[in-house]
Amino acid sequence: MKPIRVLKKLKGLLLLKDKFDWMIVLIPVIITVLGIMTIYSATRPIIGVKHPAFYIRQTIWLIIGIVSMAAVSLFDYRRLIKLSYFIYIFALILLLLTLVVGHAGMGAQRWLRIGPIGFQPSEFFRICLLIAIAGYLSRQISPLRSIPFVVLIGVFGVLPFLILYLQPDLGSAILILSMVVAVTLIKGINRRLLVTSVVVIIVTAPFLGNVLWKEMKQYQKNRLVAFINPKVDPKGIGYQIEQSKVTIGSGRLFGKGYLKGTQGPLRFLPEKHTDFVFAVFAEEWGFFGSVILLALYALIILRGFETALYAKDDFGFLLATGISIMFLIYLSVNIGMAMGLMPVVGVPLPFFSYGGTALVTNFIGIGLLNNIRMRRYELFY
Amino acid sequence: MNRETPLRLLTICTVVIFSVFLIRLWQLQILKGDQYLEQSLRNRVRIFRISAPRGIIYDRKGVKLVKNVPYYIASILPDVSEAEIDIEGLAELLGMSEEDIRKKLKGKKGQRLEPIRLKGGLDFEDVARIEARRSDFPGLIIETEISRYYNFGKTAAHVVGYLGKPTKEQLSMEDFKNLPEDTMVGRWGAEAMFDKQLRGRAGMKFVEVDALGRQLRTLRIIPPEKGEDLYLSIDINTQIVAEKAFQRRSGALLAIEPSSGEVIALVSLPSFDPNMFIKGIKPKQWLKLKRHPGHPLINRVFQSQYPPGSVFKLITAIAAMEEGLVNKNFKVHCKGFIEVGQWRFRCWKDRGHGIVDMKRAIVESCDVYFYELGRITGIDRIAKYAYAFGFGRPPGLGLSPEKKGLIPTTSWKLKTKGRPWYLGETFNAAIGQGYVSVSPAQAALLISAIANGGTVYKLQLLKNAEPEIISRLVMRPETLKTMKDALYGVVNQKGGTGFRAYSEHFSIAGKTGTAQVVALSPNERNLPRDHAWFVAYAPSSKPEIALSVFVEHGGNGGEAAAPIAKRVIEAYLLERDTDETNKGS
Repeated sequence: MKPIRVLKKLKGLLLLKDKFDWMIVLIPVIITVLGIMTIYSATRPIIGVKHPAFYIRQTIWLIIGIVSMAAVSLFDYRRLIKLSYFIYIFALILLLLTLVVGHAGMGAQRWLRIGPIGFQPSEFFRICLLIAIAGYLSRQISPLRSIPFVVLIGVFGVLPFLILYLQPDLGSAILILSMVVAVTLIKGINRRLLVTSVVVIIVTAPFLGNVLWKEMKQYQKNRLVAFINPKVDPKGIGYQIEQSKVTIGSGRLFGKGYLKGTQGPLRFLPEKHTDFVFAVFAEEWGFFGSVILLALYALIILRGFETALYAKDDFGFLLATGISIMFLIYLSVNIGMAMGLMPVVGVPLPFFSYGGTALVTNFIGIGLLNNIRMRRYELFY
Repeated sequence: MNRETPLRLLTICTVVIFSVFLIRLWQLQILKGDQYLEQSLRNRVRIFRISAPRGIIYDRKGVKLVKNVPYYIASILPDVSEAEIDIEGLAELLGMSEEDIRKKLKGKKGQRLEPIRLKGGLDFEDVARIEARRSDFPGLIIETEISRYYNFGKTAAHVVGYLGKPTKEQLSMEDFKNLPEDTMVGRWGAEAMFDKQLRGRAGMKFVEVDALGRQLRTLRIIPPEKGEDLYLSIDINTQIVAEKAFQRRSGALLAIEPSSGEVIALVSLPSFDPNMFIKGIKPKQWLKLKRHPGHPLINRVFQSQYPPGSVFKLITAIAAMEEGLVNKNFKVHCKGFIEVGQWRFRCWKDRGHGIVDMKRAIVESCDVYFYELGRITGIDRIAKYAYAFGFGRPPGLGLSPEKKGLIPTTSWKLKTKGRPWYLGETFNAAIGQGYVSVSPAQAALLISAIANGGTVYKLQLLKNAEPEIISRLVMRPETLKTMKDALYGVVNQKGGTGFRAYSEHFSIAGKTGTAQVVALSPNERNLPRDHAWFVAYAPSSKPEIALSVFVEHGGNGGEAAAPIAKRVIEAYLLERDTDETNKGS
């Protein structure tokens, strides 16, 4: 590249900076920092062993996430329309790869190892899926007709669902399917199609449910039973839910104070730095802190919807809506689970739970939202 | 593409979801917050008791009567779920029934922070056996409490007492509330009487545990407070001599300091070995003690009452003289009996004593003389003086339950028997027979009061306790002098009934008594019929010890009881002399 062009590019970047939506960029960073603090507290050892390095690794992932977010903000998102299918195929391949060479964790093959770094394609997959759906749907007329609808459900819904189900990662499979359905409904489908699919679902539901129940692993069944009746055996199946409620509740109005929580470090709460990290936060910061944290999440999601409303094009609208829905679904399922409102599904809390792939994926989502917002007044070229 | 409608729906959706979360947070953290906080505390905190060393009991010279020994208890931690407990194996290991274990575990789990105590009284071998197999039983621990070893065994058992699990009555008392199970408390003797002082206060250790039940760190320790040491007024050497002097006969002895009421020796025989109670007495042993014909668990000093026999003549004499009815020169001719109507009342000496005055009547214990005094004085006036010396009411030491004895009056008889009082009954009462009954403790109070000039002190079990006066009878000097002369004569004069108490070293004064036993049970047939009494004090000029001796079926008071009194007095005063010589040099 010639020096002049580089300079021009840099100047352009500087100008772009003024258009950054600082709100949507900074709030996730704040949440992530709170998350790292909570991970630090949750994993702190009580008797003098070394502090596990989770919080350091998460900090590194945060930096990677911020860089990814910035990078994703810089190019024009509309270029992704053309690339969307390649991105989707690439993500599908990664997902399939985990089935072949993946590393097992918690009885499921979810990991790919690249050198020292563990990588979870199912997390990365969801943002790729959203780009692909938005790309596909933006080219279809609204409301959707049956052929594109079938293609959409088949290629973007059932296919990844089956792969994730085989891992098995039922939680992600269901969440991703629900994302696809939600975005499809946003696009709009005609009434006849809607009625037909509802009828099909109702007719096949008992059969599918039966198959699903038979195929489910014992721990998954236990989680469901425990959700319906947590008192079955507080030390056994219902233990996680009960302890999560105890953890949250014991924070009361102002919390036990930072680094004063006991439920996590003493291992009464399982998955304290991943799935149940919200409970640890609520224990230490109380109702007061929890409300503030929830408000920050609400700001991101509502800002996302606003971004979608003013997006320059349908692709931007669909993508921004999809990303916001993704945040909303993951957040609802995670916090609902921690509060005992939903069965235990191993889903990370966006920006908060320990996990690098998810964090970077979510920052990419934020970067895209920022990108869409920045370019809402730009002319098409 | 319509953007507003779906986005509006989504926004409503978001608001609803967040509202649900807020309500749920409110419910969990504000409404139920305290409950969950407690639950999280219960998750992580375990409380262990640190038992307080019990106060040591010493005798008046500082000899240790007891020592503390560990008492082991097998307990189970409360966070072990019932399913994890191998009740069958536990029952075998601890030698308990499964039902017992279930009963102990039932209803206690999950609500407490302290271990649940399953079985106490384990000996060292049990502990070693359990420790070896502890890994098979999650949550099984050995707790240590403090129990006792009684250095002198059976000696002074009724004074020192023993420990045991609290009785139902004790548990309903304020002092014994909030005691954990298997806590040993004083059940008898000084251990029970001074339990509150001796017990001290148990400490507590708050330990933080994790979900795996590992004890991570001690959060707080409330150190135990040692119980107060006690110095009893008992002199253990005198006590040993006293118990030996009974030569395996049953009976009671109470020796006190006439100037204060402090108890020097307290004997009730047969006795028991308090060390049997240390690990929790076995039912078989308990039954054996309970059914023992000699009733070893009864403190005869306070819990038994007998006719005082001739000891009571002192009351009759004092009553007659103090009421101004007779003086010491009052004489009666004893021809061996006295006749009232068709009844003939005998003197113990068939031939009769001839003409006797007050002093000789006491020295030789002439019954006829006191029949006469009784006739002159009347039962109600005699009773008045008996009360003044502490008869007819419990002595109030509180070491054991107390009998109050019986001093009959005319109104008492009318009320209880519905019949008037007869003169013959006055005769019987005047020589301490018939309705009259006293406990050995009351007899000791009488002789102590005569020794100190008329003051009845409250009995004290602690050394250097503040003396308390129960009653004081101001006697005419003539009365007191006559009594003292007579009591001296009983032991030291020719013809005195208590000559067997004569000591070469000390001047002892005393009075014999023989309580007639009306009916004998078949297994008592080989024993002498009567109970023997002797009350004494010494040195006669300046009394330092006063005592009552009672020998069950000992026969004649002078023969059976007087020698015991002599030995006890000699032991006590000789020892005191040596102590003083040692102090002087």
